[in-house]
Order: sequence, then structure tokens, then C-alpha cells
Amino acid sequence: MNAANYLYVSALLFTIGAIGVVVRRNAIVVFMCVELMLNAANLAFVTFARINGNLDGQVMAFFTMVVAACEVVVGLAIIVTIYRSRRSASVDDASLLKR
Amino acid sequence: MSNVNWLTTLGLLPLLGALFVAFLPKTNALAAKRAAFATTLIVAAAGIAMATQFQRDNVDLQFVESHSWIPTFGINYAVGVDGIALVLILLSVLLAPIVVLAGWNEASGGRWSAKTFYILILILETMMIGVFAATDVFLFYVFFEAMLVPVYFLIGGFGSGKRSAAAVKFLLYSLFGGLLMLASIIALYVISGEQGGHTFDTTALSHLQISHTTQNFLFLGFFIAFAIKAPLWPFHTWLPDAADAATPGTSVLLLGVLDKVGTFGMIRYCLTLFPDATKTFTPVIIVLAVISIIYGAFLAIGQTDFKRLIAFTSISHFGFITMGIFAMTTQGQSGATLYMFNHGFSTAALFLVAGWMTSRRGSSKIADFGGLQRVTPVMAWVFFFAGMSSLALPGLSSFVSEFLVLVGTYTRYPVAAIVGTFGIVLAALYILIPIQRSLHGPVMPGNEGLTDLNVREKVAIAPVVAIILVLGFYPAPLLNVINPTVTHVLTINGHTDPAPSIAKAGK
Amino acid sequence: MTSNYLVYLIALPLLGSALLLFAGRKADKWGHLLGTAMSGGAFVIGLYEFSQMLGRSTEQRAVTQKLFSWISVGSFQVDAGLMLDQLSICFVLLITGVGTLIHIYSIAYMSHDLDRRRFFAYLNLFIAAMLLLVLGDSYLNLYVGWEGVGLASYLLIGFWNQKPTYATAAKKAFVANRVGDMGLSLAIMIAFATLGTVSFAGVKEQASQASTGALTAIGIMLLVAATGKSAQFPLQAWLGDAMAGPTPVSALIHAATMVTAGVYLITRSNFIFDAAPTAQLCVAIIGAITLLFGAIIGTAKDDIKKALAASTMSQIGYMVLGAGLGPAGYAFAIMHLLTHGFFKAGMFLGAGSVMHGMDDEVNMRRYGGLSKFMPITFATFGLGYLAIIGVPPFAGFYSKDKIIEVAFNAGGIKGITLGCAALLGAAITAFYMTRVVILTFAGSKRWDDKAHPHESPVLMWLPMALLAIGSVASGFIFTRGNSLKNWLAPVVEQSPVHEGELLKPEVVSVLALVLVLLGVGLAVVKYLRKEIPLVAPTNVSIFTRIARRDLLQDDFNEAVFMKTGQKLTKALVVTDKSIIDGAVRGVAKLVQGSGSALRTTQTGFVRSYAMWILIGAIGLVAAIWVVTL
Repeated sequence: MNAANYLYVSALLFTIGAIGVVVRRNAIVVFMCVELMLNAANLAFVTFARINGNLDGQVMAFFTMVVAACEVVVGLAIIVTIYRSRRSASVDDASLLKR
Repeated sequence: MSNVNWLTTLGLLPLLGALFVAFLPKTNALAAKRAAFATTLIVAAAGIAMATQFQRDNVDLQFVESHSWIPTFGINYAVGVDGIALVLILLSVLLAPIVVLAGWNEASGGRWSAKTFYILILILETMMIGVFAATDVFLFYVFFEAMLVPVYFLIGGFGSGKRSAAAVKFLLYSLFGGLLMLASIIALYVISGEQGGHTFDTTALSHLQISHTTQNFLFLGFFIAFAIKAPLWPFHTWLPDAADAATPGTSVLLLGVLDKVGTFGMIRYCLTLFPDATKTFTPVIIVLAVISIIYGAFLAIGQTDFKRLIAFTSISHFGFITMGIFAMTTQGQSGATLYMFNHGFSTAALFLVAGWMTSRRGSSKIADFGGLQRVTPVMAWVFFFAGMSSLALPGLSSFVSEFLVLVGTYTRYPVAAIVGTFGIVLAALYILIPIQRSLHGPVMPGNEGLTDLNVREKVAIAPVVAIILVLGFYPAPLLNVINPTVTHVLTINGHTDPAPSIAKAGK
Repeated sequence: MTSNYLVYLIALPLLGSALLLFAGRKADKWGHLLGTAMSGGAFVIGLYEFSQMLGRSTEQRAVTQKLFSWISVGSFQVDAGLMLDQLSICFVLLITGVGTLIHIYSIAYMSHDLDRRRFFAYLNLFIAAMLLLVLGDSYLNLYVGWEGVGLASYLLIGFWNQKPTYATAAKKAFVANRVGDMGLSLAIMIAFATLGTVSFAGVKEQASQASTGALTAIGIMLLVAATGKSAQFPLQAWLGDAMAGPTPVSALIHAATMVTAGVYLITRSNFIFDAAPTAQLCVAIIGAITLLFGAIIGTAKDDIKKALAASTMSQIGYMVLGAGLGPAGYAFAIMHLLTHGFFKAGMFLGAGSVMHGMDDEVNMRRYGGLSKFMPITFATFGLGYLAIIGVPPFAGFYSKDKIIEVAFNAGGIKGITLGCAALLGAAITAFYMTRVVILTFAGSKRWDDKAHPHESPVLMWLPMALLAIGSVASGFIFTRGNSLKNWLAPVVEQSPVHEGELLKPEVVSVLALVLVLLGVGLAVVKYLRKEIPLVAPTNVSIFTRIARRDLLQDDFNEAVFMKTGQKLTKALVVTDKSIIDGAVRGVAKLVQGSGSALRTTQTGFVRSYAMWILIGAIGLVAAIWVVTL
């Protein structure tokens, strides 16, 4: 199978994720979209590793996973805290730092 | 030469003093004052001791020390002095104890404790010594910029009136100039790399072959920084605000010493590093200097506030200094250097007395004073004396320097000198008008209860008066130190004094 | 020849001044005595030097003393050096002699003043500065004394500066003098640039090699200096106001010594003026203008001191005229200077004595018939009067007639014009001086009953009497066998060319005497025969009114210089605030403005930030793509 197809899927996933981040208000959904983008990147890394025939891309993918995991931990904690104090998970409500 | 690391010692002493003051209890202001005063006295003594070791006729840098600091970039901790730097270091170390003693209670109106005030003053003294002693351009730059920090806090924290605004204006204006200079310094570093080894050493840099166009740009970078510091018209507007807001002691250090870094830098860096560019820009700078002389004088006449008035007289005086430097004659440059020293003391006298008057009366408006000669004769006398020194009365030190500048300028730029001479008439006006308003006439209501100078204040001002008098009649000790260096600088620039016109006609 | 004592001439009064100033109130009891002693001491040294000088041959008379190298930068070498020659000894004796007499006079005159000690300190300071002025061996040393006397004059005019007008008068004098000083410093600069030296000896030696243009420039600048210090046209306006100072000051500084410094400067610089005829002509013209200017003002003044001040201005005009006539006139300029020093100082002291007896009243319309009450004052003043109007054999006759004669003999239209001006001046002098004497001493009494005119104490009339002797005898002594002319010859170099005489000395004397008699007669008719109104009549001609307003000198200065200067200052203050500092504040505003404009993009919505990040990323990729394309 042509490896380029994986890249197309990756680009598609990334676009879906990006659009999701921009248009959705719910913090959880935004968060999931970010995860989607990260995984799209992972897919691209692995594909490139395959194309180039070395392991660099796969190593990068592991890094990304670790970062994503950390991000989930911190991010979810923040979302939960915000929800507790403001009774809302909408990202538009959390604009207090503007002023 | 002896084995003492004079300059490093001199620079470290105030820093040690600051450290000592830092460990004193916050509540004991008196201890901080005493410690600071003792430190500045020791430094002054050390400075004088160093000056006695200076070899007058040696034009090389003396008391040289060099230690590798950031080897990756070829940056050294390198210090050394020539005649001009020595004179300015002497000025700094002599003024510091006078300022501390004269402004014994200056710290009381501040945001922070007296302890902080004296720590800042002592740090500032280290910086002042460092900036004149540095022979590595990068080190010079570090001191040049770092010096702003204590002054910023001194003005913003202990000043009066719009102190924060004035402090910010001062800091940003100076930083702006400093950054232009930094760009030039980096360019110099790159060029030195192209010509056999990266360096920041002033002497090495002066041997670089730089194309005329490049020189022009680099010169401007340095010159604008120094013109802001000096300050030269039209870069002067930060000075009246800063002087107005700062405590008198800070103003003395600011106008008396810090601003001299500008004129000192013009000689040490602009002239020695970029001789070709200097030739290109000299006419422009002479014009700016003449404008400063006349403009500063007129503005001084128009002021209604003592502190701003003194600031504008200084702008006029800095015009004289700059004119003398760029006249490129031995008389002009020696006169300018001597002027830097003398102006330090004459401004110190003016500012200190104005400060005492202000703190007693609670106002620095000239219109709030009147008839002080009856109420506070000694203070009135000192103010009168300081005024006479400022208008360069013959017999006082400022006359020697001002006349040398004028004579030195006349031999090369007669028109500039003639216009500059008008400054001496205007000087009479800007000094005598406030003197008449504040000292003469009937005693103004609100002035009756003012007290005359106390012993501490008399002791503080006495050395200033003595130096102004003695150097007026016998300037030789300083001139002998300055002359060889000035001749050396002019040789680098390829200038010789214009011969008298009869000699020219004879050839 | 060198002498080791010259420095003490200056050091003694300087020390006196410093002691009196620093000692403070403690010295109030003996301060005046110390001051007088110091001045007297300087006089004794002066006499000693004079006697030594007499004992030497003509070429050996000048002595010098080098103290130390004052300023030495490159080729600019100025020593702190003193020089006493035939010209300066005249001044030294005049300054210390008359100065000491005036010190003595002041002991009594100022006895009721709380600040008498300070007064003597200033007087001593003046003596020291004036001696430095005439003893300095270079233009720069002279300059120190030159401004020093200006300072002393400022301090003494403003001695009673609690009165605002007096403080203003002092300031005015200083500023006018500074304008003159500017001329002197420019002269020194030009001299250094052209000749490479500023010492008298050096300039004299090199002057012949310099171009006439340069010498003319130096000469004109020296003349500017002289007009400032000597109250000559156009810088004369300060002298009348300077009468705010105590009367002994007016006698010493503003009549006998300081104001004649300009004449000294021109005479001392004879080698420059002789080589620059244009400058010399300017000197003569300025002198002629001023002698008429001062004389006219003198006719309209009711204030006795101001009338005398105008007369001083006029008499110095004569001296400047004399000095402007070149080698033929220098000696007579100096002679008139010395005789004037005696009679004018004497008359000022007389005026002081009158004021002393009249509760400090200065308006002559409130005097009258005082000769009965103050016989000694009247006698001494009268002798001075006879001297100034030039009645033989009193001093003024010899000196003034000589100047008129030399003026006539200067040749051509120049000679006739200058001569006529000088003659006319003599007539006006006779008129206004007669007026002063009549208004003060003759006629009926016009003072209030509160005033109790009385003769002054001996300490006051003794100096007046001694000066009166000088007014009587000095002219005769100076001209006997041309003694002063020959004495000064080595300094001012007589012209070998003897120009044809237009008028014989006898003719000039007769002409002058006739005119003087006319002036006196007119004054007698106008003032002695009529009642003097207590208030100056206002229905007078426009000329009188202009003369009363000092020929509009102040109006002119105010309109042209003061108003313009004030407007310029105001305009510059506004410019500085709005334009120059405005530009600086404008930059600050710009940064602030752009900051607050960009702030609006920070909406606080996470999604919009994400959008911007996305757009940025796409833009970046696009840019890279375009670049690598």
C-alpha cells in the first residue's frame, strides 16, 4: 500500500482536530480535538519513519505520547477546577485574564 | 609602579561598604549614614593616594589590570586610566563624601529606608569608578548601563514631585542611547574579528582599519548615546525633569559625574576609535554645542524653579565642554576636561545650596524666596559664590576652563567661539536674576524663620568652595595631568594646534 | 628688573577683605580700621616702589614679578605675572592714595551702618582687584582684575540691596560690564589666534607683524571692553543707576578709579591702536559722543549724585577722546584721568558730606544756601568745581585744554569735528557744574525745617581737603616741564612726526575760557537770579524731557534688548516644552498608543487564540513553501 495514504489520513485528522479546537466551546471537546491533532502528528511521524526506513520518527512518536499524557493530566485538572468554580466547561467563559 | 591593584581596590571599596550597610539593622538610619560616609571618605583618600602615584608624562594607560572575564567572546575585565579618566575618577570620589554629608537627611522622604538609599549611593560610586576606568568596551558598556539602575531607584524612590515619571523618562532615554551604542559595539567586535581576532580592547580597537562609511554609522551609535548622557541639545529634555525630581545629592552625582560619562566617552571612544568620522561630524557637533550653550542659557533665564534653572545652566555648560572637545585643539580639549572637573564642583555647590534652601522653605520656586541675605547670610554667601563660579568669574576655577575652551575653539572655529562668548553675558543674567530675587530685596514673608547653615553643612560645602578657589588661581596640578593625554588624543586624530596667523603669514 | 614686593600690593587688601568677610560680626569693632590699614599699607608699598623707580634710569624703571605659571596648555602660556611700569605706577598711587582717603572718609560716613565691616571688606576687595587690573602683565591677568572690579562694583552698588531698585541697579551694572567683558575676551582670543601670545610684552613685540585687519578687530573689541567698564556710549546706561551705592563708592569706583579702567586699557594697548587707525578713530569718536552725551544728561539732573555721574561719564569721554588721538593724546588722557581722580572724587565726597548733613537728601532742589552751614565742604567742592570747568591754574585747565588742543591738531575734518565737540563739551560742563554749585550752596534755603545741615566730622573733611589740594595743584605739577608726558614716554611712545598745528595752545585756552565763561554766565542767569521751584517744572521743552530721561538710553535698551530678550526667552521655554520635549513625549505616546491598539487583539477567548495560532502556522508553512519553491 502506498505510504502516502497514511499521510493523507494524518492531514485529514489534523484538520478535523484543528477545526474542532476553533469551533467547539466545550473544553472537553476542545481537549479531545487537541488529542486528535497530536495523534495525527504521531501518525505522520510513524509514516515518515517507515518511508525513511529509520526509527527516528517512531522515537518522536513516543515522546509525543508522553507529552500528550502529561498534557491530559494537567489539562483535565485545570478543566475540572474551572468547572468546579464556574459551573461551566465552556472555554469562552474563561476569559477573565483579559482585563 | 607599585603592586597595588589600585583601580580594582578603589572600585570594590564602595561595594564592600554597601555590603556592610546591607547588614546593618533597618531601623538604625544613623549607622547607615555613618558607615556610608566613612566608606566614601576612605575611597576618597584611596583615590587621592592613587592620583599621587600617577605618572604625569606617561601617555599610556596606567594602573592597568586585565583578567579574562568571558573568554568565548574575548571579553576581559580590563581597567586602566589616562590623565582624563584619572581626573574624572578623582571628581567622583571627591564628590561622593560631600554628597553624603551634605544630604544627611535626604533619604527621609523616600519610599524605602535610609539604608537602601546609602546602599544605592555606594553601588553608584562603584559604577562611576568602573565606567571611567574600564578599558574594555564591553565592560564600559556594562557599567554605562548598570549605572542607570541605582540612579533610577534613587530618583524614583527618594525624589520629590513627579519622581516616578522622571525616573522612567531618564531610564528609557538613557537605555535608548545605550542600545544604539551596543549595536556599534557589536559591529566593532565583528570588524575586529575580520581583522585578526575578536576583541573588545579599546587600544586594539583603535588600530582597526574601518571604512569611512562604516565609521560614520558606528560613530553615530556612540555619539548619540553620549549626547543623550551629556546632554546635548536636542537630547536634553530628560535632564530638567530628572534634576527637578531627584534629591539634591542625587542631582549632584547625576549632573556632576554621570553626565560627564557622555563627554568623557566622546573623547575616549568617538575620537580615538573613529578619527575619520569625527572629521565628518565635527562641524555638525560644533553647531549643536553652540546651540546648547545659547539655548540652555536662555532656557535657564526663563525658569521659575531653582532646580530646573541649574539643570539648564548645565546644558549650557555641557555645550561649552562639547565645543571644546570637538575644537580639536589642545586648549579646547584640556579646557573641556578641566571644565568637566570644575563643573562638577560648581554644580555641586549650586545644587547643594539650592537643596538646603528648598528643604528649609519647602519650595524650590524662586518666587518663594526673598531677602535671604538678611536672614541666612552664610547660606546666601555660599549661593552667591556658587553662582559666581557658574558664571565663570575670573579667579574661580570655572573661568580657567571656560576661557581655555573659548580660546581653543577660536583658533579653529572663530564664529562658534564668538557666538559661544555671548553665553557669558547670558550667564550673568541667569545667575544674577535668581540671586537678586532670592537673596536681595526685602525679606519675603515665610522666609523670616529660615535657619542658616549648620556646622555639618558648612563642613560639607567648605571643600567645594576651597577647590573652586584654589584651582582658579592654580589649575596646574590638574592641567599637568590632562595635557599629555589630550596631546596624545589629538595626535591620534592627526590634529595640531593652528599656528598663530602671523606665523602662517611668515611662511 | 624684578621686584618681590609687587604681589604684596594686591595681597594686603585681598587679605584684608578675606579676613573681614570670614571674621563675621566679631570683627565689627575693628574691621574698618583693618581695612583702612590694609589700603594704607598698599599705598606705602606703592610709594616705596615709586621712590625706587625714580632712582633708576628711564629704561630700567619698569619692574616685573613672576609668581607662577598660571595656565599652560600647548602654546597658550599665561603666567601669574605682575608688571609695574611708569603707566601702572600712576594708577597704583591713584588707587591706593585716593582709595585710602576714601577708606578714612568711610569710617565716619558709614559709622551708623550695621554692615560697615562688610562695606570695608568690599572696598578692600575692590582695591585688590583694581591693583591686579593695572599690575597684570598680560591681557588675561588684566581680565581677572577687570572682572574682579566688576564684582566689587556689583557688591557695592547693591550694598543696600534690600531696596529692590538698588539690587536692580547692581545687576544692571554687572550685565552691562559683562557685555564689555565679552569684548575683552574676544580681543584676547583674537590676539592669541593671530599673535600666539596674550602678554603685553609679547603682543607689543609681535603686533608689527600682524595684519591691519586683525589689529583693527582686536582694537574694536578692546574698545567694546572699555565702553562697558568706562560707561562709554553705547554701554553707558548703568553708571547713573550705579549711584545707588554709598557715596564713597561712587567717589572711588564710579569716579576716580574703576570707570577709568577703559582708558588704562586703551593706553596700555597703544601699540595695537597705533597700528590700527580705524580702531583708533572709533575710540576718538566714541569719546567725543560720550563727552557730549554725558554733559547733556548732566544739565537735566536734579539728583546731585546723578549729575556728578553724568559728569563723570562726560569727563571719561574726554579721556577716551584723548586716548583715541594716538601718541599725541595718551599722556594727556592719563593726566586728565589723574586730575579727574582728584577733583571728581573730592566732589563726590563733598556730595556725600552734603547728604550726610541733609539726612541723605539727594535732590538739589531741596538744598540751597548750604555754603554757610558747610564751609569746608563748600570750599573743597568749590575747588573741585573750578578744576573741572577748567579755570586756570586749577588742575582741569591743564589736562582738559591739552586734550582739546590735541583734538584740534589731529588734522583735517576729523580734527575740527572732534575739537569742536570737545570745546562744546567744555561749555556745557561749565553750565551744569555751575548749576550744581548754585543749586546746592548758593541761593536761599529750600529744605524742610526737619533737616539740620551741619559740617561733617574731621574724618570726612580731611580727605576732602587733601583731594582739593590735588585738584588745585596736580595739573600744574604734571605739566611743569612736561613731567608726566616725559615720564610716560617709554610706555606710550611719542610720535616722532610732528603734525602741523591748527590752533596754537594759547588760542585754544582763550577759546575754551570764553566758552566756559559763557556756560557759567548762562547758569548764573538761569539759576542764581531766579527762584528754584521745589519740584522740577513739567511744562518744559521736549529736549529737556529727553535729557531728563537720560537721552532715552534706558528706553532704548528696554525696547530693543530687554523686551526682545524676554520674548525670545518665553518663546524658547514654550518651544522646549511643546516641540523638543513634545517630540520625546510623542515617542512615548506612540509606543503607548500602539500598545493599547494591539491590546484589543487579546480577546480572552481561547478559541480565537487557537485560530490565530492556526493562521500563523498556515502562514508560516506557506511562507516556507514560497521561499523553497
